[in-house]
Amino acid sequence: MIEKIEKKERMKIKRAEMPAQKPEDRVRNFNEVPFGLTAEQAITEAARCLECKKAPCIDGCPVEVDIPGFINLILEKDFAGAARKIKQTNSLPAVCGRVCPQEEQCEIKCVLAKKFKPVAIGHLERFVADYERENNLVQIPAVAAPTGKKVAIVGSGPAGLTVAGDLIKLGHDVTVFEALHKPGGVLVYGIPEFRLPKNIVQAECDVLKDTGVKFENSTVIGKMETIDELFEMGFDAIFIGTGAGLPNFMGIPGEQLIGIYSANEYLTRSNLMRAFDENDYDTPIIRGKNVAVLGGGNTAMDAVRTSKRLGADHSYIVYRRSEAEMPARAEEIHHAMEEGIEFHMLTTPIKFIGDDQGRVVQMECLNMELGPPDDSGRRRPVPIEGSNFIMDVDLVVVAIGNSSNPLIQSTTPGLETNRWGNITVNPDTMQTSRPGVYAGGDIVTGGATVILAAGAGKKAARAIHTYLSNGAPK
Amino acid sequence: MPRVVDNIQIGPLTWKMRVEVPRLVAKAKAGQFVIIRVNEQGERVPMSIAGLDGEQGLLTVIYQVVGKTSALMTTVENGGEISDCVGPLGLASHVENWGTACVVGGGIGIAPVYPIAQAYKEAGNKVISIIGARSKDILFYQKEHGEVADELYVCTDDGSEGHHGFVSDVLVKLLKDGAPIKMIMAIGPVPMMRVVAKVTKEFEVPTWVSLNPLMVDGTGMCGGCRVTVGGETKFACVDGPDFDGHLVDFDVLTSRLNAYKDQERKAMKKLLEDPNCRLTKAVREFTYPGENKA
Ligand SMILES: Cc1cc2nc3c(=O)[nH]c(=O)nc-3n(C[C@H](O)[C@H](O)[C@H](O)COP(=O)(O)OP(=O)(O)OC[C@H]3O[C@@H](n4cnc5c(N)ncnc54)[C@H](O)[C@@H]3O)c2cc1C
Ligand SMILES: Cc1cc2nc3c(=O)[nH]c(=O)nc-3n(C[C@H](O)[C@H](O)[C@H](O)COP(=O)(O)OP(=O)(O)OC[C@H]3O[C@@H](n4cnc5c(N)ncnc54)[C@H](O)[C@@H]3O)c2cc1C
Ligand code: SF4
Ligand code: FES
Repeated sequence: MIEKIEKKERMKIKRAEMPAQKPEDRVRNFNEVPFGLTAEQAITEAARCLECKKAPCIDGCPVEVDIPGFINLILEKDFAGAARKIKQTNSLPAVCGRVCPQEEQCEIKCVLAKKFKPVAIGHLERFVADYERENNLVQIPAVAAPTGKKVAIVGSGPAGLTVAGDLIKLGHDVTVFEALHKPGGVLVYGIPEFRLPKNIVQAECDVLKDTGVKFENSTVIGKMETIDELFEMGFDAIFIGTGAGLPNFMGIPGEQLIGIYSANEYLTRSNLMRAFDENDYDTPIIRGKNVAVLGGGNTAMDAVRTSKRLGADHSYIVYRRSEAEMPARAEEIHHAMEEGIEFHMLTTPIKFIGDDQGRVVQMECLNMELGPPDDSGRRRPVPIEGSNFIMDVDLVVVAIGNSSNPLIQSTTPGLETNRWGNITVNPDTMQTSRPGVYAGGDIVTGGATVILAAGAGKKAARAIHTYLSNGAPK
Repeated sequence: MPRVVDNIQIGPLTWKMRVEVPRLVAKAKAGQFVIIRVNEQGERVPMSIAGLDGEQGLLTVIYQVVGKTSALMTTVENGGEISDCVGPLGLASHVENWGTACVVGGGIGIAPVYPIAQAYKEAGNKVISIIGARSKDILFYQKEHGEVADELYVCTDDGSEGHHGFVSDVLVKLLKDGAPIKMIMAIGPVPMMRVVAKVTKEFEVPTWVSLNPLMVDGTGMCGGCRVTVGGETKFACVDGPDFDGHLVDFDVLTSRLNAYKDQERKAMKKLLEDPNCRLTKAVREFTYPGENKA
């Protein structure tokens, strides 16, 4: 164990830099970009933590991970113990350590952040989770005596997986129904391999399977059985975690041309269907030379970085506001810039132009300027008249957000939704307007984050357990 | 993994596959479709429902070899398995008793109009069925359609069986002769659906067509299946696959179907040259229309 060092000394330690693939190498492969911290790096980084009594970082974490607690275990070199500590409140640390926006959650609140750089909480989280998994130290959780209650979970994204993990431990009989042929939700079909290797998601699902969770993939609830029919089949409670999976389009002329994808389609072809590996997998994907990705969020960054890896000469982000308003994580924007992604800020397309084969070849755009703030508090982009210009593009990916898929809502009488079609719930219990039916994740909030979905799952699992323990009406 | 009860060749490049998926069959209705994945590396291919056997829980799909995945499907043995069969997807065909209804099936479209004809019949309609193909050896389901239809018209482009000509010719003649057809469902190659929709518009007979754009998930998640109907964008997998034929933009559909032509051909070539793949002679000698095998 390293000696506990004085606070003053600790503050002199420089924040750990995670080693990563060089940009010129990584744009030619789909391997993960950062390699992760070494054990020494992790211990040194852990030593930076001041173990604050009223740790403000915990307030910044949507699921209140005991951050100083797990960091302290790293100092004691009990890496697997640290991972287990996180798992008390966050069931997906290997995922969250990679994709959570720590810079605006826990790390921004870290007391060190004011004068120095914050503790690299995300890097440490990833390190301990990887250590535990790679050394086969993941324990199959103990399961309580069977309660005889059956729970159906619809959708296997972070929300559904979290509910499944919590309820199986409590002795309930849990079945996850997933529309696609693999579980994981956006973690498998959306977020690319180079940011979240799919074997990590698979490992999380395998642990759930080994704990007793049943997975029924390729089962679209609402088309196969409805929510009411699940009750008839003997399920006592149901959790809906179907995500925000209905892609928005621009609604401008030429959008039906070949070479215009929604981000969902582009990323699904590449990630879930593994089109990037054309020798071994059958699903085709268009590999553009001049690729424009419309939008400024994580999805847009994932799509544009994918396009570069699929061989584009020029990959552009086309965003109607300025860089300051981009909702993507700072780290993703940084990685994208390193990889040579070209940013066209304050630009919006108004028309796609095709050739005689119906393939997109150009895009007409307008320049924008920022006006007064809109509803979202961000300054509203206003077109500059007469600023039209043409961009040559042979692939366009529309990444301007998703709405909720209406499949469950439209087949479940009495299930209340808001004006955007999201399911409304009691925020304390995640219960919907239907007794025994709970919902959480993007289907409730609209597109949000992995950890918010997982947090909603935690809350719902507690409420479902209470509901079932009090003798759910048959 | 779903079990394939049998997978039988019924035409030069046409196969009939029955898959044991009882829960799916219990929910499925005429006009819907499923998505099949043959193996782990495979594409997700949409296939219309061509028959439902509720008692045995069997789904029938009839498919034509047009590329790599459909060729691979032919290699699934009786009693074998496929990775996935998800569904029922899409909306069921609209069925009511209009009096007299007509189904028009061209080529592989002969298959999906069969359960629809059955549903029309069950609803109390007099059913007129018109089925056609390029030539006699490609035709199938004459007997099945004959058992359901009150009037069956068979045609071939080359006159080798039944009426010499297109399904649309027969339909025009019937309409001209004043057949009291109140509703038409036409499924087949895009040019055929386009022509049928064009002629029935003149006679002002409502006409459904079932659209077959490229799909990925089949649940409304990707938007790859978008089609233009009445100037609006619709997702065929959830808003369809049936649409008002008089409002469909067939040009957009035709063009979008060609999105991956080069990649598809490369993949098929590679498969056909793979000596390890258990393809029948007919499949191995597959050529694209207008292409000569050296
Ligand atoms: C490209 C991309 C990048 C992102 N990057 C980040 C990031 O870096 N950090 C971050 O925190 N967040 C990120 N997000 C957001 C995050 O992934 C989501 O907020 C989160 O996955 C939502 O989880 P969920 O469980 O609610 O739903 P989802 O992950 O969307 O999963 C829902 C699942 O339900 C299934 N389903 C839907 N309908 C049915 C049905 N009727 N029957 C059965 N199954 C059904 C779907 O197929 C899907 O698998 C990103 C999102 C995208 C699209
Ligand atoms: C709702 C729906 C129902 C369908 N029902 C049937 C059916 O019952 N029987 C059947 O044989 N086929 C059906 N299809 C078409 C079938 O899905 C395609 O033939 C199949 O995906 C081709 O895959 P492949 O790898 O063999 O050929 P590919 O090499 O991918 O394609 C070869 C050629 O077929 C055309 N093609 C590819 N995909 C489609 C498609 N989705 N629709 C039409 N043409 C396509 C392409 O234009 C291409 O030139 C249906 C399609 C949809 C969307
Ligand atoms: S705020 Fe920073 S220094 Fe304080 S406990 Fe949290 S991570 Fe450690
Ligand atoms: S196939 Fe993906 S939305 Fe229709």
